[in-house]
Amino acid sequence: MSRFTPDNEAIAREIISRYPLPKSALIPLMHLAQEQDGWVTEDAMRHIAELTGTTPAEVRGTGTFYEMFKFHPVGKYVINICSNIACQLLGAENLLEHAEKKLGVKVGGTTADGLFTLEDVECIAACTEAPALQVNYRYRLRVTVEDFDQLIDDIRNGNARDIPEHGTLSLVRQSIPADRMAGIVPPEQAGEVPVWMSRNDAGEQN
Amino acid sequence: MPTHAYVPHAPGYVDNDGPKLITKRFPLEDSYTLERYEATGGYSGLRSALDRKPSEVHSEVRDATLLGRGGAGFPAGIKWGFLPPGKYPYYLVVNGDESEPGTYKDRLLMERDPHQVIEGCLITCYALGLAQCFLYVRGEMALAQERLSQALNDAYAAGYIGRNILGTDFSVDITLSWGAGAYIVGEETALIESLEGNRGRPRLKPPFFPAAIGLYGQPTIVNNIETMSNLPWIMNNGAEQFKAYGSETSPGTRLFAVSGHVKRPGVYEVEHGVTTFRDLFYGDNFCQGIREGHELKMFVPGGGSAPWFFPEQLDLPLEARPVGAAGSMLPSGAIVVMDETTDAVKAALRLVRFYARESCGKCTPCREGTTWEERILQRIVDGHGRPSDIELLLDVADNISPGPYPVAAHPDAGLDAIPFPPKQTTICPLGPSSVAPITSTIRRFRDEYEAKITKSDLIPVSAAPVEVES
Repeated sequence: MSRFTPDNEAIAREIISRYPLPKSALIPLMHLAQEQDGWVTEDAMRHIAELTGTTPAEVRGTGTFYEMFKFHPVGKYVINICSNIACQLLGAENLLEHAEKKLGVKVGGTTADGLFTLEDVECIAACTEAPALQVNYRYRLRVTVEDFDQLIDDIRNGNARDIPEHGTLSLVRQSIPADRMAGIVPPEQAGEVPVWMSRNDAGEQN
Repeated sequence: MPTHAYVPHAPGYVDNDGPKLITKRFPLEDSYTLERYEATGGYSGLRSALDRKPSEVHSEVRDATLLGRGGAGFPAGIKWGFLPPGKYPYYLVVNGDESEPGTYKDRLLMERDPHQVIEGCLITCYALGLAQCFLYVRGEMALAQERLSQALNDAYAAGYIGRNILGTDFSVDITLSWGAGAYIVGEETALIESLEGNRGRPRLKPPFFPAAIGLYGQPTIVNNIETMSNLPWIMNNGAEQFKAYGSETSPGTRLFAVSGHVKRPGVYEVEHGVTTFRDLFYGDNFCQGIREGHELKMFVPGGGSAPWFFPEQLDLPLEARPVGAAGSMLPSGAIVVMDETTDAVKAALRLVRFYARESCGKCTPCREGTTWEERILQRIVDGHGRPSDIELLLDVADNISPGPYPVAAHPDAGLDAIPFPPKQTTICPLGPSSVAPITSTIRRFRDEYEAKITKSDLIPVSAAPVEVES
């Protein structure tokens, strides 16, 4: 439960370098903290504030707006069942009720073994494949109660390898080689006309 | 006989024999790789753009009348023209925060053809002299982030992005940024707030029109993922070719996601403006009808925020103007079809609950109003409604969106349509959107409300628990 590891701090600095102003990196850095620890800890928020020149209160102020950020430990697998309209029409309520029974927790709860947290979420953009759910933001589509039971068994038995532990989103990170970067233009660098725009004035194209 | 098939590696997308301007690679399993993209004409739109003056690229897009595919449907080429001359740097923000109930098309475009999105961004930056592009992707879309990250890394390595692109004087960076779960961030000024590292709350327009005062206070173009995805095609084929598809006022194609009680729900690429709802729901090339043994009761024509339509509106074309005149809107390409088994009040409650949960809390009428709408609807659904609740609901709604609210015609009752858009007492349209399911269902199915409420008359008042959502 901690500040960024040296490796993650290096990633954090790289992320910050891609924005004109460091505060813009707050959300990506909170994701990084969550990837490291499974949730966003106090120490992580302090570290993010140091790296971005903000205060821990600003970090928390931004973070608490967004429901993907957890400020307390959650299950290793967060199950988000969509109950919005398209899923509701095709049985999401039953699925949610079944999930509560199967896991022995209410919506919002975490199982005693710390493996699962169950959430009732808004539209996850898989409406034609209703009812849909995500486990750590990986889709499962047209889910029946049998599918759900199988999913839980698979996770318990270590057979759901496409699903990383909670906190990890993309398994690929953007990385820009230093010699390829065009260079960030900060907002205060006013009036600089991008060089290629002079082509507009040229009588002939090159 | 039309050919069509589900594509196993693109769940939801239905490959039919209609024109394909932006989904032509979806059926290919490796459509998201740079190799496949280059082998299928990828980045030729960028090359074509770089052979022209930036102003000529801008003109081509303006001539194509490419309507924004995010929500407002404003022509992209005209929007681009709003940048105040000389006030550099300008930024590009691409909105991939797709979260409107019923909507998904941007997710597929990002997952299945990320290079097409990137190429569109590069064309835009070149045309307008933009200093940097920010691709803002919804947090929950892990696979889209993964595919875009890989595509960006590959495109940087291949010289399509970054310093001196393809050996020219054009240089620009694309930064992938991602959200963390907030519907309101799909609103362009809220998205800018979020990109600046703040809580995602909308800004007041005026003065904060992004083209004038956007990201970091600088002029900013905010465009949708699908809008960007159309640009490579337009560069390759020209505005005239683009206008050969769709209708005169809405050229090209659009992606529509049709979900709910149809035989074949799916995401379809549809010719804009010439296809009707009936074609889409019943056509062999599309959804093939309402599920067996059932009939259409109502449908949401344009995402959770749209007033509902009924069988009488089936013959309207999928085009903003006629749909607006008929009392609803079409912005996000999301259609949810409901058959006669659907409880109208319960369905309305679910959408209202969405707005109550997602209200950012900045404007009082929305923050308080959506919460009360949800509570009142919840108690009606739970069988504890009061006779005055229907009027109370409409009264609360009127505080968020005063005056007549857009609604479809109800010919049997002799009621005309009230055209879009609604009025609002709030900064952004989120609050007013919560009113759509309420007024749509009360006008049409007041009897369903009354049946639920009169049942509660059987319960002694003292025994009726007050239901409050925790």
